[in-house]
Amino acid sequence: MKGNWEVLGGAGLQFFGNMSASISHEIKNALAIINESAGLLEDLSLRAEKGIPVEPERLKKQTSSILKQVRRMDGIIQNMNKFAHSIDEPLKTLDVTQTVTLVNNLSSRFAAMRGVVVAYQAPSAPMMVHTSPFLLENLLWLCLYVAMNAAGTGKTINLLTEKTEGGVRVRFTPLDRISGTTGREFSEERMEALLAALQAEINIDEGKHELSLSIGAVPIEL
Amino acid sequence: MTEKVLLVDDEADFLDTLSERMRDRGMDVSTTTSAEDALKKLDAESYDAIVLDLMMPEMDGLELLKAIKKKKPELQVILLTGYATVGKGIEAMKLGAVDFLEKPADLKVLTEKIKEAQANKMVIVEKQMEEKMKNIIRVKGW
Repeated sequence: MKGNWEVLGGAGLQFFGNMSASISHEIKNALAIINESAGLLEDLSLRAEKGIPVEPERLKKQTSSILKQVRRMDGIIQNMNKFAHSIDEPLKTLDVTQTVTLVNNLSSRFAAMRGVVVAYQAPSAPMMVHTSPFLLENLLWLCLYVAMNAAGTGKTINLLTEKTEGGVRVRFTPLDRISGTTGREFSEERMEALLAALQAEINIDEGKHELSLSIGAVPIEL
Repeated sequence: MTEKVLLVDDEADFLDTLSERMRDRGMDVSTTTSAEDALKKLDAESYDAIVLDLMMPEMDGLELLKAIKKKKPELQVILLTGYATVGKGIEAMKLGAVDFLEKPADLKVLTEKIKEAQANKMVIVEKQMEEKMKNIIRVKGW
């Protein structure tokens, strides 16, 4: 199997850059809230120093806001760390449900910008496949990108994962405008290379308003 | 003179705390998490400055900036964002933003920018009034 960068070229770097920019934006937003909460606590302590009474509720509200943002940043940084380590090994046996969860989390800002909600309830049982983690993330992101543009009623996309004979299928549904978006996105060189490298296949069912991605196990080269 | 400010950002917690601090400093602050609602508020109220995030759901900050300047060209818009790039900053200034600040921002700096924006707006409004008066005098032939 070709290495990550041979398959993706500059597009791989672009994917990495897009995700990193989105992550940094999320971190900045959380930091901005912590900054304002800390500033307000400082304002309140200056008042207290002057003998002006400070309501305990205002203090509690700000400390709880800081704790909430610390938890949020911890989640963002955990995802960033998983994403960064996905290029460590060109091939590994992984749980596809965890990769879908990661890509969904990393894409949350892009979804919010489009007013789309992406819902994924990972099944309790793992779905293992031997594949390239970084290329799989890239392919899932491209599918999600197409799905976000074709999102249907209420703009909620459900992600479903199911086992197949040779691997795992990821379904994106409902996509009311999927018929209008087929073709161009999937004939791109990048998509073709990814599908070939991952032994994957994309199917579009216009009747069901659904896009599905079937991932096979990549043979281990000895 | 009290500065009347509209804060537009999709982070509700950020709006809550920043507006509380600004009100404590004597400003008259309104907030909204939606670009559409911001445009409605502009129809109903007059503001000295609008503090706007660049990344907003459905209509991003630059689109909203264009819509604001089209509706009320005299309005002073300050962009406050966690998504700052030189390119976006230049684009925002070309579209008529008076300043571009990066999150997390220092409230002292933001307050100064708002005061400057209020002064700019007063100059623009005074000029507009002067033009109107001149026009009336010309038309009426006094």
